[in-house]
Amino acid sequence: MEKLKRREVLARVLEERGDALVVSSLGTSTYDLFAVSPADENAYFWGAMGLAVPTGLGLALAQPERRVLIVAGDGDMMMGIGSLSVIAAQAPKNLGILVMDNEMFEETGSQSGLSAGRADIAQIALGSGFEKTMTVRNDNEVSRLTDFLMKEEGPVLAVAKIAPGADEPVFPSMDGRGLVTTFRSAVLGKS
Amino acid sequence: MSQAPAQTDDGWSGQVYSLIKDAGISLVTTVPDAGLTRLLNMCSDDEEVRVVTLSTEEEGVGMAYGAWLGGARALLCLQSSGTGNIINGLALPAFSQSPCLMLVTMRGQEGEGNPAQNPMGRAVRPVFEAMGVTCLEAKTKEDVATYFKQAVDMAFNDGNAVAVLIAQQVIGVKSFSK
Repeated sequence: MEKLKRREVLARVLEERGDALVVSSLGTSTYDLFAVSPADENAYFWGAMGLAVPTGLGLALAQPERRVLIVAGDGDMMMGIGSLSVIAAQAPKNLGILVMDNEMFEETGSQSGLSAGRADIAQIALGSGFEKTMTVRNDNEVSRLTDFLMKEEGPVLAVAKIAPGADEPVFPSMDGRGLVTTFRSAVLGKS
Repeated sequence: MSQAPAQTDDGWSGQVYSLIKDAGISLVTTVPDAGLTRLLNMCSDDEEVRVVTLSTEEEGVGMAYGAWLGGARALLCLQSSGTGNIINGLALPAFSQSPCLMLVTMRGQEGEGNPAQNPMGRAVRPVFEAMGVTCLEAKTKEDVATYFKQAVDMAFNDGNAVAVLIAQQVIGVKSFSK
């Protein structure tokens, strides 16, 4: 069966995002988010590898009435893997994590990632205290992904096993202060 | 019978707790340190303050950023050794000019009994300053609240990374004698 295409997966998850807030980890996750669902309510990472996930937690605790989705690459997730136990302990009901798992560091030359081998991120999440995880590998399974990530009581984590091959990169603003101001204005009505 | 340190008035924790409340800080993240015990207990007893235990200190930098994006204010409490765990994470507040308020209890200063604490203890200020973090070092109990108030203003009014370093002489030196 054909492997999942990363932007198609993300586009389906965010098809009806409503007032959801989305955090994307550095690199391709940020380009994909900007490509398929550009919005003021997106927190795009350009650096600080490993911190997209705890940022999503901080945001979910600050905005408990709104859905928060974190889109993290497998490398970013592995670097911040301890954050899963922090999230499980805090148990934010409004938080979903989508791990875009191509099993490699594609951005830097497609070096093999840890999830290509014996590490199973969904299993690590369970061991960290998550009660709900899923791993999707084909189109049929993706149909369940949107409700799981955007509606199911959190915290939830889904791993999407995606095909290698990044799409044409498109870049959101690199003005860090501007990104924060835009986001806060959209969410809080102030900078 | 001697009291546990957490129960003794240390001359600064109560004041810092009051300033946390005044500043509207609702999130306190930490990898704990003995010197922070009293303050963390006061925060834990307060239903309006959420104390989050981290697996590594840099998560606190991310959580502070996320909290700020969502309109909340956070404080990261850590020991000096933990400052080394967050260096690349400090790119986040620097890049975004958003608040990152830290309270650091120092090890590796005068009287340190564990030589493994010395390298990072010595490096806190130069490393933090290289990453754009303003360091305010409290060398007396009285300094702590004074500097913490300044740090709150610098962090949340102007979007800075600011650390209040509490000198080891304020906390007391950990004994390794048998």
